[in-house]
Amino acid sequence: MSAIANAPAHDHHDDHGHHHKETFITKYIFSQDHKMIAKQYLITGLIMGIIGIAMSVLFRIQLAWPEQSFWIFEALLGKWAPDGVMTPSIYLALVTIHGTIMVFFVLTAGLSGTFSNLLIPLQIGARDMASGFLNMVSYWLFFLSSVIMLSSLFVEAGPASAGWTIYPPLSALPQAIGGSGTGMTLWLVSMAIFIASSLLGSLNYIVTVINLRTKGMSMTRLPLTIWAFFVTAIIGVVSFPVLLSAALLLIMDRSFGTSFFLSDIFIQGEVLSHQGGSPVLFEHLFWFLGHPEVYIVILPALGITSEIIATNSRKPIFGYRAMVASILAIAFLSTIVWGHHMFVSGMNPFLGSVFTFTTLLIAIPSAVKAFNYITTLWKGNLQMNPGMLFSIGLVSTFITGGLTGIILGDSTLDINVHDTYFVVAHFHLVMGISALYGLFAGVYHWFPKMFGRMMNKNLGYVHFWVTAVGAYGVFFPMHFIGIAGLPRRYYTNTNFPYFDDYADVNVIITVAAIITAGVQLVFLYNFFSSIFYGKKAVQNPWKSNTLEWTTPVEHMHGNWPGAIPSVYRWAYDYSKTDENGDYVIKGQDFVPQTVPLQDKEEELNH
Amino acid sequence: MTVFLVIIVLALLAVTGWQISKIFELSKRPDADTSQVANDKDNKLNGILMLAFVIFIYVISIFCFWEYGRFYLPEAASEHGSEYDTLMFVSIALIMVVQVITQGLLHFFAYKYKGEKTKKALFYADNDKLEFIWTIIPVIVLAGLIIYGLFTWSDIMNVNTEEDPMVVEVYAYQFAWRARYAGEDNTLGKANVRFIEGVNQLGVDESDSYGKDDKIVTELHLPVNKPVLFKFRSQDVLHSAYFPFFRAQMNVVPGMITQFSFTPTITSEEMRQSEYMVDKVKSVNEVRNERNQELAAQGEPTLDSYEFDYFLLCNKICGQAHYNMQMKIVVESEEDFNAWLEEQPTFGSVMADQNKDAGQTEDKGGSEDPASKEEGEDSTNEQSQESEAVAVVENNN
Repeated sequence: MSAIANAPAHDHHDDHGHHHKETFITKYIFSQDHKMIAKQYLITGLIMGIIGIAMSVLFRIQLAWPEQSFWIFEALLGKWAPDGVMTPSIYLALVTIHGTIMVFFVLTAGLSGTFSNLLIPLQIGARDMASGFLNMVSYWLFFLSSVIMLSSLFVEAGPASAGWTIYPPLSALPQAIGGSGTGMTLWLVSMAIFIASSLLGSLNYIVTVINLRTKGMSMTRLPLTIWAFFVTAIIGVVSFPVLLSAALLLIMDRSFGTSFFLSDIFIQGEVLSHQGGSPVLFEHLFWFLGHPEVYIVILPALGITSEIIATNSRKPIFGYRAMVASILAIAFLSTIVWGHHMFVSGMNPFLGSVFTFTTLLIAIPSAVKAFNYITTLWKGNLQMNPGMLFSIGLVSTFITGGLTGIILGDSTLDINVHDTYFVVAHFHLVMGISALYGLFAGVYHWFPKMFGRMMNKNLGYVHFWVTAVGAYGVFFPMHFIGIAGLPRRYYTNTNFPYFDDYADVNVIITVAAIITAGVQLVFLYNFFSSIFYGKKAVQNPWKSNTLEWTTPVEHMHGNWPGAIPSVYRWAYDYSKTDENGDYVIKGQDFVPQTVPLQDKEEELNH
Repeated sequence: MTVFLVIIVLALLAVTGWQISKIFELSKRPDADTSQVANDKDNKLNGILMLAFVIFIYVISIFCFWEYGRFYLPEAASEHGSEYDTLMFVSIALIMVVQVITQGLLHFFAYKYKGEKTKKALFYADNDKLEFIWTIIPVIVLAGLIIYGLFTWSDIMNVNTEEDPMVVEVYAYQFAWRARYAGEDNTLGKANVRFIEGVNQLGVDESDSYGKDDKIVTELHLPVNKPVLFKFRSQDVLHSAYFPFFRAQMNVVPGMITQFSFTPTITSEEMRQSEYMVDKVKSVNEVRNERNQELAAQGEPTLDSYEFDYFLLCNKICGQAHYNMQMKIVVESEEDFNAWLEEQPTFGSVMADQNKDAGQTEDKGGSEDPASKEEGEDSTNEQSQESEAVAVVENNN
C-alpha cells in the first residue's frame, strides 16, 4: 500500500505552472485555465440571469395589471410600450427571450459551464481540462452567442417572439409575427453558436473525466458531482446536434425556400409556395433536444446537491450506487420521452401511449434520488451553511415540481392542462427553481475555492429564506389557475370574462415574483462584495473530503504545487468510525480522499 | 427623470445593505466567530426555520385548495370528461399524499438533526432493503397509473366510427376560428389553401360535389348527446383548439388534418343553471362591477355583465392577438340544432351567389369579406394584423 502512496505520479503535467509569464490578457480574458474559465462562465451566466429575471418581472407586471401604464415599461421598452402600456408583441418577445436566456444561457452554460469547468479537474485530480484551448474557445463562443442574443433585442421589428420552442410556421414567417424577421435570424445564429460552444465544452468534459483521473480515482470513487457532469455532457453530445439540425433546416426554410416544416400556408392574402413539410417534424427534432435539455439543466444541480448535502450532513450520501444508477437511468430515459410534449400535436395516439409509459418510468429514478437525499439527512449532524439550505430547498422544489409531472406525463391528463399555467408552474419548480437553487448552492459552497474568500452567511440566510418562500408563493397558486383552464402566453386574460376572478391570483403571483426577484439583489451584493472584501478563506472551510480542498487557497496554474495527490477511498467517508466507535482519524469527522486506509479499516463495498 | 430616481433608489438600497452588514460586523464581540461557517446557533435557527417552512408549505397548500380549488373547471360537459376528471382526482390525491409525507420528512429531518458541536452523525451508507422498497413502491403505483391512464387515453383517442359521428371541420387562422359542417352527406368537401379566393375563405374545392352542401359558420353549435368528430385545419401557423369544458384539445397544424372526437352531454342552458356556474358567474360579475366603478370614475366605458357560454380558445402561441382567438360554442337540443343549421347557407349556394354578383358587377366581387381585404394591405403587415386583432376584440365584446 505504502509503495503506491509514495510513488509520485510523474505526469507529463507535473512541471506546469512555473515557466509561463502571464499577461493580463492571458490570465483574465483569453485564459486557458479551467478555474478562470469557470468564473467567466459564472459571471456571464449571472449577467444573463439578471436580464432574464428582469424580463419575467416585466411581463408579470403586465399579467397582474393588464394594459395599464407603468413608467418602467416606457423607460425600458421604449417604442414597445407607447404611453407606458406594454404591447402584445413585446410581451411575446419578453416571454420568448426570458425562456431562451434562462434555459440555455443561465441554467445550461451558467450552471453546467461554471461547475463542470471548476470541479472536473479539481475533483478528479487533474492539472486542467484535456484541452485548455478548446475550453477557452467554448467559453468565447458562448460569450459571442450571448452578445448576439442580446443584440437581437434591439432590432427594428423586435426579437424572436414565437416562444422559446420557436415552432414553425410562426417562427419561419415574418408575415406571421414581427419577431420572426431579423430577430429570429439572430436567435438562430446565436443558438447555432451556443450549440457549438456546448459541444466543445461537453466533449472536453467527457475526455477529461475518462482520461485524466488521478491514481486511485476509479469511476466508483468519483464524487457524485463528477458523475452528474459527466453524464450531462454525454446527454448534451447526443441531443444538442439534433437541435442544430432543426435550426439549420429552419434557417433553410426561412431563407432558401425549402419546405421542411412548411406546407399549405395562406398568409396575408397570399398562398406560399411551400408544400409537403410538417411542423410536427420540427416539434420532434426540437424536443429530442428539448427534453434531454431539462435534464442537462437539472442533473448538474442534483450532483452539486449530493456533494453539498453529504458534506454538510457529515454523513456519506445514502446509496451511492443507487444515485449513480439513477443518474444513468435518468440520462437514458431522458432521450426517449420527448413525445410527452406532443401528446396533442396530432401525432399518432399510439405513440402517445409509448411516451406516457417511458415518461412515467423516469419518475422511478427521480423518486429514488429524492428518497436517498432524505435518508442522507436522517441522523446526520446538519451544518446549515447557505449552500446546504439551498440544497435542501432544491430537494423540496424538485419533489413538488416532479410530482405534478406525473399528471403532465399522463397523455390523458395532459389533454386539458397542456399549455396552461399548470405546465408553467410544473417546469419552473422542477427545473427552473430547482436548478437555480443548485446554482446558488454551488456558488455558496465553492465560492472559497473560486475567489479565496467567504461569502457572508447572514446575507446568504436572508437570500435563501425569502427566495424559498417567494418561489412557492409564485408557483404554487399558478397550478390552480392552470388547472382551471388558463392558457399560457396570453398577453391578457381580459377577453375571457370567465377568467376574471383569477385576476387576484395573478396579482399575488406578481407581487411574490417581484419580492423574490428583489431579494436576488442581496445575493448579487453579497457575491460581488465578497469577491473583494469577503473574509479570507481557509483551505478546507467545510471540512470536505474531495480533492479540490487539498489545493492551495491561492490559485495557481496546474492546481497542485507538487505532485498530483493519489486517491485511496471514495469521497464520502464522513463520520466513519472504527469498531470502538471512534472516528477513523482521531478528532476529525471526515477522512479526505487522499488519506490511505488506516490499520484494520475496512473499505466499504459501496 | 424616473430612471434617474430608480438609480438613486437602487444605489441607496445598496448602501443600506452595506451599512447593515457593517453594523452586523461591528456588533459582534471581538471573540465572536467570523469564519462565515455555520455554527451551532445558525444550525439551531435554520433548523427551526426548516420546521416553520414545512408548515408554510402545508398552509399554502391548504389555502390554495380551499381558496382556489373552486376554480377547477365545472363538471365535464362531454362523455369522456367524467373519466378524465376521475383520473385527475385520483392522481392529485396520490401526489398530495406523497407531497405531504416527503416534504414533512425532509424538513422534519432538517430540523431534528440540526448540527451541534458535540453530536456525531451516523455513518450509514447503504441499505439494499430500503432502497428496494422505495424503488418497488413507485414502480407498482406508477404501473397502476400508467395502465389506468392508457385505457382512458385509448378510449378518448380512438374514434368510434360505428356511432356515425357528425363530422365538423374546425378551421383556424390568425386570429379567429370558423366551423364547417359536412352537410347531409356527412362528408366534408376537399379543401386546400390554394382554393382560397373571395368568399371561399376556407379554400373548399368547388369541383368536389361533397363540398356543395357544406355549411361554414362563425359560431360552433353542437347537438347534445350526439358524437361529433372534429377535423382540424389551419390556414397559416400552428394553433391549438382547446375546449376546456369538454376536456378536449388538439393542435391545428397547417398542411395536415388532425382530429378529436367527443360527445357533448350538457347543453349551454343546463350549464348556465348549474349551481357551479351560477356561483361562478356571480363572482365574475362582482369582479366586473368593482372594475366598472373604477372605470366609471375615470369616465371610461364600462364592461357588460357576464353570462356564461362555452368557448373554444387557441392554446398554441400563434401571433400577436393569440390571447383573443376564441369562438363561442353552443350546445343545444337536437331540434334547436337542426333548426339553426337549417338557416345556414350551404357552400354551394354561397358560391352561386358570388358568381351571380360577379356576373353583374365584375369588379366588386368578394370585396366585403375580410380575407380579401387583407390582400390590399400586405405592405403594412403589422398594421393589418393589429387592425384585425382590434376587429376581433370588438366582435367579442
